[in-house]
Amino acid sequence: MKSVLYFPLLWTWRRVLLVLMTAIIGLGAGGFPFTASAADPAQEQQITAADSGGITGETKASLILAPKLKRADYPNIGVSSRAIVWVVAQMHLFFGALVLAVPIFVLVIEFIGFKTNDDRYDDMAHEFMKISLTAYAITALFGGTLALSLFLLYPDFMNYMMRVFGSQMLVYAVLFFLESMLLYIYYYGWNALRYGNSKWVHLTLGLLLNAVGTTLLVVANSWTTFMMAPSGVDSAGAVIGNIWEIMKGPLWNPLNLHRFIANVAFGGAVVGAYAAFKFLCAKTAADKAHYDWMGYTSNFIAILAFLPLPFAGYWLMAEIYAYSQQMGILAMGGILAWLFVIQAVLICTILFAGNYYLWSGMARTEGSERYQWLIKYIAVVLVFGFLVWVTPHNVIFTTNEIAKLGGGHHPVLGPLGIMPAKNIAVFLMLIFTFLSFQIYRRADKVITVSWQAWGNTLMAAIYIVACANVIFAGVYYGYFTNTVYKVGSSVMQVASTLAVIVAGSVIDTLMFKGAKTLPSSWGKVSDRSQYALFALPVAFTWLMALMGYVRSSVRTHWHVYTVMKDNSPDNFIPTLATVGNTVTFATVLFLIFLLFIFWIANLSGIKQKPPVSAGKIVPAESAA
Amino acid sequence: MNILIKTLGFSLALILTFTAVSYVLPQMKGEAPVEKEMDVGALTMDSFIAMGKDLYQGKGTCTLCHNQLGRAPDLLALNVEKTSLERLADSRYQGKAKNTEGYLRESMLEPNIYVVKGFGKKGTNDAESPMPAIDKPPAQLSQVEIDAIIAFLQHKDGNKVTVALPTKTSLPAAAEEKTAPAKPALAQSPEEAIAKFGCAACHSILKTESTVGPNLNDVGKRLSIAQIRESIIAPGTVIAEGYPPIMPDLSEKMTTKELEIMAQFLAQQKTKTQP
Repeated sequence: MKSVLYFPLLWTWRRVLLVLMTAIIGLGAGGFPFTASAADPAQEQQITAADSGGITGETKASLILAPKLKRADYPNIGVSSRAIVWVVAQMHLFFGALVLAVPIFVLVIEFIGFKTNDDRYDDMAHEFMKISLTAYAITALFGGTLALSLFLLYPDFMNYMMRVFGSQMLVYAVLFFLESMLLYIYYYGWNALRYGNSKWVHLTLGLLLNAVGTTLLVVANSWTTFMMAPSGVDSAGAVIGNIWEIMKGPLWNPLNLHRFIANVAFGGAVVGAYAAFKFLCAKTAADKAHYDWMGYTSNFIAILAFLPLPFAGYWLMAEIYAYSQQMGILAMGGILAWLFVIQAVLICTILFAGNYYLWSGMARTEGSERYQWLIKYIAVVLVFGFLVWVTPHNVIFTTNEIAKLGGGHHPVLGPLGIMPAKNIAVFLMLIFTFLSFQIYRRADKVITVSWQAWGNTLMAAIYIVACANVIFAGVYYGYFTNTVYKVGSSVMQVASTLAVIVAGSVIDTLMFKGAKTLPSSWGKVSDRSQYALFALPVAFTWLMALMGYVRSSVRTHWHVYTVMKDNSPDNFIPTLATVGNTVTFATVLFLIFLLFIFWIANLSGIKQKPPVSAGKIVPAESAA
Repeated sequence: MNILIKTLGFSLALILTFTAVSYVLPQMKGEAPVEKEMDVGALTMDSFIAMGKDLYQGKGTCTLCHNQLGRAPDLLALNVEKTSLERLADSRYQGKAKNTEGYLRESMLEPNIYVVKGFGKKGTNDAESPMPAIDKPPAQLSQVEIDAIIAFLQHKDGNKVTVALPTKTSLPAAAEEKTAPAKPALAQSPEEAIAKFGCAACHSILKTESTVGPNLNDVGKRLSIAQIRESIIAPGTVIAEGYPPIMPDLSEKMTTKELEIMAQFLAQQKTKTQP
């Protein structure tokens, strides 16, 4: 027979364990805290009854429905709960993205340094990690704050999420410990494991660090995608599937890919700003050369990761449409659609900054003169692309204005406001950004292969066909077929753009065989170009916060879409100005913390000179 | 310090530019739908139709797709009465509706019964509609609200409104619908019952494997049907050797029919591995 005391005792221990786990998770990356409260007394009763059966958390969850909350169930602290969670979560995501992304490209740079026997790569990779390490502590602080905020402000929602995800949280906590250990060993063991076979050990540690980091990312993503497109639960929120079915919702993999790529681009941009800051502060030519090269590498990483990002975004949006057409339309054609005008400004800022930096960087070598005539054409495409992208489909008109226009849309500019026109603009901008990248790479090379004329002709033909294809697909499918085929046109456009990127990379690699490399003067780049490296992370940060808001807002008044309603006072979609203010607040806060990180990273390299007394150097301790 | 101020100033200027863009765009707020109390005594057909219009443009989220952009038929641009009758006469129509009111209700509750040509989900050859059932989340309209939308759609073209005004007897159901927690549907098959009660979380059964509890794929060989019933409704009576006493008591969660479906099914499970 079961002891009467057994279950309360078990329950107490389980609570203690869960609270501990919550603290760990919270410190790690803002997981979901546990709370025993339930809004509905009937549900509380159900929990208690289940307890008397002495069942596991997972089985218990399967019998409990998502709570139906009333406004009074939400704690009121006099300040908007959503605003607090929004800013704190955003800060945690900024730093989390940085911390997870930097080790990815650091490992690649370290490997290149190892294979090429070039210590510069190794030193640079180590310096990048210094930033990641400082950011790690701040990530944990914001994670803890986020967990606490959610625990205090949305207890019933968190209670439900804890029940749904159950022991997965423990896995997350274990992963966090592993991540911490590997990160510190990887960074502090750098010089101890620098050469020979030891380097392989170090590289393996880096690989493990990235494997654990990426797993953390996808585990946390499953909470987000569950809220957007719940799986493994029935229509009332009761768990009917196992944890894998709950995690593997229709949006999980698209979001995993999108966040992974975006994190790398974001991380590259942030360390680029660090390099730019150091470049501007550098006093010696050697330092300038080092940080110029570091900035170039960071920009290369950021832009390279940024180019395929729209494709991952398309996949995510296509899956959102497939899951719920209403949700997709709300984002792209409903009240949230205006945010995509701001997105256009942000992405164009990134493209302008990335291109400008490449064009400025071409001044490092004399060989660039052969390609500089192309820059003005690239600039024209970028400017026109930007103008098309920011053209809205319709705006709020007065009756007089509508009468003057002859309708709700401008007769000439109206067609530029819809997605097909914007797709043409976006893909052409991406293709021409790759052209900037290609001429930058060619600037310091003198190609010697016998077939270079054929190679160049083939490359030019690929550009022409791809641009024609992008324009044709956009115009034909966008304006001459049914709406449902419009999305299909982007497949052709994506394929054309990718064809340019892949073919360009392959053709150049083959053409560079035996090419003569012209000298590059690292450090001889204008100070103005370094501000482009600041524009990148600023725009990326704002963009990340904005798109994160869009992704979250498509749930409208649901905590968990179609399963658990949000009846809090903040269950409305705010105005664009409110969104802009909140995103700006988070971005400025991030910038301040970032400058603090740069300062700390800089401080660690400064050594105080020992004090001199009567011509004799004395140890600092004695002097004190 | 000079560089710090310059870089910070540049970054702030850029951030403020982005913020300014958010200010020059139209400022709209998307309110969550509010459940309104309905005073049946004061309700007239005109106010019922007006309510239908509000629901069509608001809570029902109909205009997201049913607009001039062509993602779904633009109901405001076509004569709903005339179009409904045409569709009822279409050879592809397989539903049960006999008139406009029935067709509209059927389209909202079971959109897959008849999908207008060219408006089906991509790749389904118009066999599957992208429209969600309107009485289910996220729209989750009540029967009265659906009636109001039908009334609005019939009235907008000057056609006769055939739906009746809600009465006091029709409201309690709607009110209950709003407040009572939804109950999981009754399981109709062993698979549904296994999924509903989460058996696979601890036991190997059907295609899932778990070692927390005894393997149920051969339980019919080890236990009689009476013992199986007892294990489900009083799991603490006999604990299988080597397993923890963690099986929940399902006696108050299961209906007799569900218990019988499970017991019959498990009694037939006599092989260790599933085909």
